[in-house]
Amino acid sequence: MSKKNESLGKTVGVVLALCLVCSIVVSGAAIGLKPMQERNAALAMQENILDAAGIYEKGMDVPAIYKERIQPLVVSLEDYQVMQDINPADFDNRKAAGDPERSTKLAKSEDPAGLGSREDMTEVYLIKGEDGATNGAVLHIRGQGLWGTMYGLIALEDDFNTVKGVTFYEHSETPGLGGEITNPAWVKTWQGKELYGDDGKVQFDLVKGGASGEHEVDALSGATLTSNGVDALIQFWMGNDAYGPLLDKLRKGELTNG
Amino acid sequence: MANAKEMKSVLFGPIFANNPIALQILGVCSALAVTSKMSNTLVMCIALTAVVAFSNLFISIIRNHIPSSVRIIVQMTIIASLVIVVDQVLRAYAYEISRELSVFVGLIITNCIVMGRAEAYAMKSSPGMSFLDGLGNGLGYSVVLLVVGFVRELFGSGSLFDVQILPLVSEGGWYEPVGLLLMPPSAFFIIGGFIWVLRTFRTEQVEPKE
Repeated sequence: MSKKNESLGKTVGVVLALCLVCSIVVSGAAIGLKPMQERNAALAMQENILDAAGIYEKGMDVPAIYKERIQPLVVSLEDYQVMQDINPADFDNRKAAGDPERSTKLAKSEDPAGLGSREDMTEVYLIKGEDGATNGAVLHIRGQGLWGTMYGLIALEDDFNTVKGVTFYEHSETPGLGGEITNPAWVKTWQGKELYGDDGKVQFDLVKGGASGEHEVDALSGATLTSNGVDALIQFWMGNDAYGPLLDKLRKGELTNG
Repeated sequence: MANAKEMKSVLFGPIFANNPIALQILGVCSALAVTSKMSNTLVMCIALTAVVAFSNLFISIIRNHIPSSVRIIVQMTIIASLVIVVDQVLRAYAYEISRELSVFVGLIITNCIVMGRAEAYAMKSSPGMSFLDGLGNGLGYSVVLLVVGFVRELFGSGSLFDVQILPLVSEGGWYEPVGLLLMPPSAFFIIGGFIWVLRTFRTEQVEPKE
C-alpha cells in the first residue's frame, strides 16, 4: 500500500465514494424488490387463511380461490361494527396491532395472553361456501408463548363455536417441543372441538394426559409453557374483551357487509 | 493471472485441505443455527458463498486505494451492503425460506469467514483469484453445513428437503425421530465427528502434542 493512500483527503474521499456506491446499491435493491416482497407476504397470509379454513391444498391457485371463498372485513373491536370506510386490501393487521394509537391498553387481570394492548380494529375473514353463503369465519389470534409471541389464525364453523381449523404461522417456540404447535397431526385434533360451554363462557382447554370431551385437546408434551400460552390466548381472544361479542353478532347474522 | 494449478488449489483447497469450519473453526455459529433442514441449509450456503465471493472480488478491485487506517470499516461496509442485497433478494424470491432463516442471513455480516478471507486474501490478491478464493471458502463452508443438515434432517425429522424418507411413528411409521438433533447444540457433535473423520484421513491437520 502506497503512502499517498494514507493522506486525510484520500481517506475521506475513498470512504465517501464507497458509502455513496453502497447506499445506491442497497436502496436500489430494497426499492426494486419491494413490490415482489409485498406480494409474497400477502400471498403467504392468504395461504395461511385458506389453510386455517381447511380449503388450502398444495399447488392450488391461492389468489383465485381466496377471492372466491374469503370475504375480508375490517371490524372494530370496540363496538363490533364493520368499518365501511376502510378497504381491507389496504389494512395491515400486524401494523394495527403494533400501533399504540389504535390499540387499547389491557390491565393485568384482563390480559391472560400477555399482549399488553389489544388493537381497536382487526381484519375478520368470512368463509364463503360453494353457494356463496357465509359458513364460518377466520380470526387472528396471538399471544405469548415461551420465547415470544405466537401468531395464528383460527377458523370457526357457522355456529361460531365449533373449531374448523387452526394454524400458527409465526412463532419462536423450541423446535420439537413447543414448535409442535405447527404439527399438522396436533392441529387436526382441534377440529370439531367447541369453544364455548352451555353457559356461554369459554370452556376450551388444553389438558395433560388424555383429552376427552368436546372442549379439550391434548397439551403438547414437554411444552407446558407453550401450551399454557395457547390456552391463555384462546381464553382472551374468544372472551368478552375481544371476539366474544363479535361472534354473538355473527351467530345472529347481524354482522353484514351493509 | 495465476496458472491453472494455483487456481485449482485456491478454489478446491478450502473444501477438505483447509476447510474454514473444520480446520479454522470459523463460522460455526450459523452452522449450528440453520442446519435443522436441508432446504434452509442449502439456501444459507448459497447466500454465504455469494457474499464471500463478491466481497472478495470488490475488496480486491479497490484494494490499492483502501487506506489501511480504515480498511476494516471499508471491508465491513462492502460486506454489509452485499448481505442486505442478498437478504432482499431472498425475501423476494424465496420468501418461505428467508422467513425461516430470519436473522441468520443478516448475521452473515459477522460471519468470521467473510471478514477473514477479505483481510487475509482479498487485500493482497488479484480480483479473479480473490473471487475464486471466496467461492472455494464458500464451498468449504457448504460441504460441512450440508453434511450437518443431512444428518440432522434425516435423523431428526426423518425427511430430506421436506420429503419424508423414514416414516415417523407419530404418523403410523416405524421411525422414532431423535429430538436432540433438532436442537442447535446437536450440530456441535456432528461437526466434531466431521473433524474427527477428516483428520483421520488427513493426518497433517492434527496439531502436534504440546
